[in-house]
Order: sequence, then C-alpha cells, then structure tokens
Amino acid sequence: MSEQAVHDWIRKAVASNDVVLFMKGNQNSPQCGFSAQVVQILGHLGVAYKDVNVLEDMGIRDGIKSFSSWPTIPQLYIKGEFVGGCDIVREMFQAGELQQILDEKGVAHDSAKLTA
Amino acid sequence: MPMDAKEIEQLIKARLPDAEVTIKDLAGDGDHFAAHVVTREFKGKTRVQQHKMVYDALQGRMGGVLHALALTTAAPKD
Repeated sequence: MSEQAVHDWIRKAVASNDVVLFMKGNQNSPQCGFSAQVVQILGHLGVAYKDVNVLEDMGIRDGIKSFSSWPTIPQLYIKGEFVGGCDIVREMFQAGELQQILDEKGVAHDSAKLTA
Repeated sequence: MPMDAKEIEQLIKARLPDAEVTIKDLAGDGDHFAAHVVTREFKGKTRVQQHKMVYDALQGRMGGVLHALALTTAAPKD
C-alpha cells in the first residue's frame, strides 16, 4: 500500500470507531510496556476500543507516525482525534482529563461507576 | 548506540533555551530515560503540541535510538 492508501485506511479506522488504539500487540497481549500501560488504563475505565496491531503491518507502523506527525507507538484516537501517546494518556488519566474527554465526546465508560 | 542524559538535555536546550530539563536514567543502562521539561514556550499549547516541540528538538531520535523516553511537560507557574 502507498503511504496515501495507508493514511486513507487510518482515517477510515479512526472515523468509524469511537476509540482506536494503535499499539504493539493486541489488547489481550500487548508486546511493549508502553502499549500495555494504555491498555491497562482503557481497561480500568471500561472503554470498548478497536486495537490495531502495528507489528502485523509495516505500512501502518510507519504510516501512523506520518499520519499524526508523532514518532512513537502507542497512539490513542478518540472520535477521530489524536489524543496522545503513553505519557500523555497516563498524565490525562491521572488528572481525570481522559474521563472528561470521554464524557464530552459521548463515549461510554465505567469510571463514573467506579468512583460512585 | 544509546544516548546519554547530557546529550538529550543539550538537544532540548538548543531548541528551547530557557527550558528547565530534568532527566532521570531509569534503569541505569543509558537506554531508559524519563525527562521533565518546563519552558515558557509551552504556555497556551496543548500537551500534544508541547511533546511535539520536544520531539522536534530531538531531531528524529525519538522513536529511533531513543525508544524509552518517558516525557512530561509543563509551562512554568507564575
């Protein structure tokens, strides 16, 4: 696939799924500590998401970096928008901002139940 | 070849001269770092924009020779 075709594929994936995580491995078996941290946070929040294993496709592994101008993986997208990598997702989660974004964008999660 | 903490700090300061940079070598192996960067340049920027400015300063090393740099950023508090 050309880079353009990869970007089109990514654009479609993040448009047709509320939450998408580009990661190494999959959500049941992350292959990298940084990906595992985001999986753990999303699991804790009870968010359903599509996982894309970049290790299975070199085109996507490179293409996702040029798509977002972001040099590392994992990358989290909510409602088509790039939210951040592992460090930012963790910081936002700890500050309660991730939960806020999910609420604002109308994405179902369980964190309200957890804190109630 | 792994990078050392000084080199990372120098690259960041070359681009963001007023930055306060704190770097920890997490595992003592010269390969797993945590960096905290504070600069006035971050004011009014989103986290993604702030991190991108640091990645730009690192000139493509992030995601390459620098696999494990845990990054936190902030603007100074007045």
